[in-house]
Amino acid sequence: MAGPPRIEIRSSPHLHEAVSVDMIMRHVVYALLPICVFAVYLFGLSAAALIVTVLGACLLTEHLFNRFAQKPNSLGDFSAVITGLLLALTLPPGFPLWMGATAGVIAIALGKVVFGGLGQNVFNPALVGRAFAQAAFPVAITSWSPALAPGRFDTLLPSTLTPPFMLPAAASAAPGTVVDAVSSATPLTLQKFDHVTTNTVDLFTGMTGGSTGETAALLILLCGAYLALRRMLDWRIPAGMLGSAAALAGVFHLADPAKYPDPLFTLFSGGLMLGAVFMATDVVASPLTPRGVWIYGILIGVLTVLIRLFGGLPEGVMYAILIGNAASPLIAVLTQPRAFGEVKRRKPT
Amino acid sequence: MAFPEAFTRRTFGHGVHAPEHKDLTRERPIRRFAFAPRLTVPLSQHIGKPAVPCVRPGQEVGRGEPIALADGFLSVPIHAPVTGVVEAIRLMPSARGPKTGAIVIKTYAADDQQVLYGAPRTIENLAPAELIQAIQDIGLAGQGGAAFPTHAKLAAAREHHVETLIVNGCECEPYQTTDHRLMLEWVDDLIAGIHFALAASGARRAIIGVEDNKPDAIDVLRRRLAADASIAVTAVRTKYPQGSAELLIKVLLKREVPAGGRSYDVGAVVQNIATLVMLGRLLPPGQGLIERVVTITGEGVKQPGNYLVPFGTPLGFVLEQVGFVGDMSRVILGGPMMGTAVSSLDVPVTKATTAIVVLPVQPATASAPRMYPCIRCGRCVAACPMHLNPSQLGLLAAKREYRAMQERFHLDACFECGSCTYVCPAHIPLVQYLRIAKALNREQAA
Repeated sequence: MAGPPRIEIRSSPHLHEAVSVDMIMRHVVYALLPICVFAVYLFGLSAAALIVTVLGACLLTEHLFNRFAQKPNSLGDFSAVITGLLLALTLPPGFPLWMGATAGVIAIALGKVVFGGLGQNVFNPALVGRAFAQAAFPVAITSWSPALAPGRFDTLLPSTLTPPFMLPAAASAAPGTVVDAVSSATPLTLQKFDHVTTNTVDLFTGMTGGSTGETAALLILLCGAYLALRRMLDWRIPAGMLGSAAALAGVFHLADPAKYPDPLFTLFSGGLMLGAVFMATDVVASPLTPRGVWIYGILIGVLTVLIRLFGGLPEGVMYAILIGNAASPLIAVLTQPRAFGEVKRRKPT
Repeated sequence: MAFPEAFTRRTFGHGVHAPEHKDLTRERPIRRFAFAPRLTVPLSQHIGKPAVPCVRPGQEVGRGEPIALADGFLSVPIHAPVTGVVEAIRLMPSARGPKTGAIVIKTYAADDQQVLYGAPRTIENLAPAELIQAIQDIGLAGQGGAAFPTHAKLAAAREHHVETLIVNGCECEPYQTTDHRLMLEWVDDLIAGIHFALAASGARRAIIGVEDNKPDAIDVLRRRLAADASIAVTAVRTKYPQGSAELLIKVLLKREVPAGGRSYDVGAVVQNIATLVMLGRLLPPGQGLIERVVTITGEGVKQPGNYLVPFGTPLGFVLEQVGFVGDMSRVILGGPMMGTAVSSLDVPVTKATTAIVVLPVQPATASAPRMYPCIRCGRCVAACPMHLNPSQLGLLAAKREYRAMQERFHLDACFECGSCTYVCPAHIPLVQYLRIAKALNREQAA
C-alpha cells in the first residue's frame, strides 16, 4: 500500500451494539404477525380486510403529515406499522372498515403527530385511536362475531362493508350473509352479565370471540417471550401487570367465587394479555426507570381489574393503560435511580 | 470453572457486554517492538505538571538516562527510551489534539540498545519516604490509562491509612490483552511489585480482581500465591466497565466510594496490573520507565500482538511495522469504549498508552447510522454503571440545561465509560453530550 491510512476521527465509544430503533420496531412487527395470521384464521376475510385497512390508514396519515410538515419520511421506523396493527387487533373483527380507517387516522394524527412524532407521544397511539372509536362508535365496537364461523373465508361479515358515515345495518337486513356470525358475546360479556364462564383451555388457546387479535393468550405470550428474550420488550411491565391483576382478581374470587371470576379467567380473557405484552410496553409511553416500570405495570393491572369488576363495561384494559400512560412521566420522575455513591455524599464532611 | 462459582461470581449492577475481540491477541506472547529511527518523547506523559527537560539539542543520551526531571510531587521524571542524540525540544501533537512539549531523539541505529542507567537499591531497608522517592525516580505513572503518578497515589494511601491494595486485573475494554499477558508471563515482577506497593502504601493486604474471561491468568496467580497470605485472587464476572476503580472496589470490598470522593475514603488504593509489574521490574535495579507493553490490534492491522514499545514511538511507525489494511481507518489510543481516536499519526506511544486499536471504517457518509429521537426505551438506564439516567440527561443537554444536569441528575458522577452511547438504539451520542455538558459546567465554574 502506498501511504499510511487516512484516518477518521470520532469520539468514543468506537463500538456500538447491533441494535437500532427501526430494528426493535421491526421485531415488534414480526412478533405481531403470527397474531394477525391467527386472527385471520379465527375470523376470516373480515379480519384481514380490517387489518389491511387500519394499517393503510395509519401509514397514509403518517406519510401525509410528513409531507405537509416537510419532515423526512418516517415510515421506515416501523412505528406507524405497529400502531396500525395494534389498533386493528383491538377492534372487533366485523368492525366497519370506514370506522377502522377513521380510528387509524385519529391514532396517528391525535395520538402521535400532534405530540411531535416518534418518541414524543404521551399515550399509546393505537389506544388513542381505539378510545376514539369506543366513544364515537359504541355499538359497532361492541358487536362481536364468533370465532371459527363457517364461511368466514368466503364472505365478509355484513358490518364490514358498511358505507362511510353509516352505521352497520342490522343482520337481518343483509340477506345472503352469514347471519349466525353477528352478535355473539365475548367471554368477558358472558361472565359479567350472564355469569357464564368460558372454558379456560379455549381462552388460553384463543378459540373464542373477542377483538380481532386479543383472544390468543398463549400465542401472545409466546410472541412476547420472543421479544423479551431479544431484549426488545421490558418483561417487567407485563410481569407486574399480569401479576397484580391475577393477585387482585384472586382476592375478589376468594371473597365471593360466585360473583367474581377466578384469576386464570381474568388473565386469559379480553385484552389483558395483548395489552400487557404489546400495549403497556410501548416504550415511549411507559416509564424507563427500573422501579418505575414495576409500579407502572402493577398500577395498570390493578386498574384493569377494578374497572372490569366494578365498571359499566366488561373490559377495562384500554382505560387502565391510558391512565398508566398519563401517570408514566410522574412515575419516572419519582423513581429516579439512586446514583452510585449518592447517599454517602450527604454525610457531613 | 467450578459450577457454583460461576453463579456466585461477583459483579456490579448494570454495565454492558460488548464483543471482546480479544482472540486477536490473547495468545500472542509479549515481543519487543522495533526501534523507530526517531522518537518523540512527550514531557507530559502523566497527570500533573509536565517534566522539565535536562538535556539540550545535540546532546547524546544513553538508553535509560533521565532526560527530564519531575516538577514537584505530582510529576515524574522521563528517561531516554533509546540511545541516540537529542535533535530538538519542541511542540508536537498529542493524542487529544493540543500540542505539548516533547524531546525528539534520533536513534543510533547501530546501537544494541542496552539499558545503560540504573541505581540498584535494596528495597527492604528503605523508610517509607525513601521508598516513595525511589518510586518517583523510576518515572512510574499508572499504566491503566489515566497515568496518575504512582508514588503520589501510594503516598496519599499511606497518609489515609488504607488497609487494602486493590490490584486491577480486569482489563474490561474489548481488544486489550496486555494485562492478561503480563499476568501470565511476568507474574514474578507482578508479585514483587505488589509487595513494594504494600510497603509503600502501608496497606496490609492485596486483592487481585481478575475478570473470569482470563481463567489461565487466575490459575497462574492462584498457584503462585497459594503460600502468600497477604495477597488474594478474586475472579469477577466479565462485564464492562468492571475495571473502573469505583466499581472494582464495590465488587471486591462491597464499599461504595462516595460521589466526589476518592478510593482512600473507603480504605482502598487501586493499582493496575501493568503498573505493579513495572514497579516490580524496575525498582530493584533503579531503572527508569522507558517502554511498556501495548496491545496493537484491531481488524485494521495485519500482525496484531502484544508488543514492548519504547515511549515516543510514533503511531505512523507502529502501523508501518504491523501492516495495516484498508484505506480509511480509525486509530484509537486505548480501548474502543473509552479510547481516543487520534487526529495525526505523528502522535507517539506514551506511558498512558494501553492499546492501539485500528478499526477499518467505511467513508463517513456510508457508516453514519441514522439518529432517531429518544424513544425512552431505558436501555441506557439499564446500562449506566453509575445508575444515572442518561436518557433524561440527554434530553436536558439538548435543551442546554447543563446546570440541572449537574444539580438534579448527578452529571458529575459520569466517568464517561460510554455504555449509554454503546446501547442507544436511537444512536444518540449520549456520552458525548454529557462530556460537553461537564466541560461547559467546569468552564463556567472556573
